[in-house]
Amino acid sequence: MTFLQLFIINRSGGLIYNQDLSPAAPRLDTNDWLRMGSTFHSLHAIAAQIAPIVTSGIEKIETDTLKLQSFQTRTGIKFVITAEAGSPFDLDDVLHSVYEAYADLVLKNPFYELEQPISCQLFTDQINRICAAQMGGSKASRGAGYSMY
Amino acid sequence: MAALSSSSRGAASGGTRQNSSTLDRPIVLRPRLEVSLSAFAFLFSEIVQYAQARSMSISDIEQQLYTQGTGIGHKLLELQCLREKQGKGEGKRQNRLIGILTFISSDVWKGLFGKAADSLEKSNEDEDEYMIHEAEPVTNQFVSVPQSMGNLNCAAFIAGIIAGILQSADFPCEVSALLTRPDDGGTRDRTVYLIKFSPEVMDREERLEKKG
Repeated sequence: MTFLQLFIINRSGGLIYNQDLSPAAPRLDTNDWLRMGSTFHSLHAIAAQIAPIVTSGIEKIETDTLKLQSFQTRTGIKFVITAEAGSPFDLDDVLHSVYEAYADLVLKNPFYELEQPISCQLFTDQINRICAAQMGGSKASRGAGYSMY
Repeated sequence: MAALSSSSRGAASGGTRQNSSTLDRPIVLRPRLEVSLSAFAFLFSEIVQYAQARSMSISDIEQQLYTQGTGIGHKLLELQCLREKQGKGEGKRQNRLIGILTFISSDVWKGLFGKAADSLEKSNEDEDEYMIHEAEPVTNQFVSVPQSMGNLNCAAFIAGIIAGILQSADFPCEVSALLTRPDDGGTRDRTVYLIKFSPEVMDREERLEKKG
């Protein structure tokens, strides 16, 4: 029950970051990931228009094999994370931690240009740490039956 | 000194109104105000980009940051000395090497970053070299240097501050910020500020040493 992938999509729908979070993540070509990013961006926008309730877009997709959660910031950046079905992680929490790491380690980096692909080593390390902490936390609580952590 | 303290008393006795501008506030703030780390990080990020736009090479960028830091260091010595001993500025003027280096690595560091530097060492190879170690300088905390920039160290800014302080205190020197691999297997590189004093400083030290 692990994480699979993390995407970050910029305002215009281009993929600016994607990372395999575990060996279980599917191995795809860079171009395929770019296509995934823009497809999700378009679906997100379409869903906001055709939904019967007032909404800003797709937040969660759950299937038998997959859990996907998306978080859109007020600036239009979308953080999307996928995990295997049945994972006990609080994906919302993880996305907020990733957003915090983004605001700290990417936006304060003088060598990063806005809306461009992210290649900050500190950011990648922090994401790994966040996921490791989540995995560690869930192992500890498994005995207690997925209690809050 | 008398003029300063009377103006601060004046501001304090001016009633309960908020001080209107930075220039009206007493120079010795009690309690010490802190600046948001994020604000500094964004400002520093712009400083680095400014330096990058005006440089042809990596050493140029470091030189720009160093020069900016030196300007700050010159003024910082005055301010730090004034703020010592509860603002009466009665601290002793340092004219020995160890004295001024300890002043920098503990008092100035605490004033700037809230904690003392990790350690101060004398180099084994050269008489005129000293090193201040710091695990994670606040300038490098949010900066990921891309591979194309090689070993640019933004702590050159802090090296400039150290150099400015030493130069104002009459210890001409060159300071450089170097990255070293951590001994205990940590992931981040530690920063070492290498301070190389001019020959006249070493001569003066010898003379003062002989006088006892």
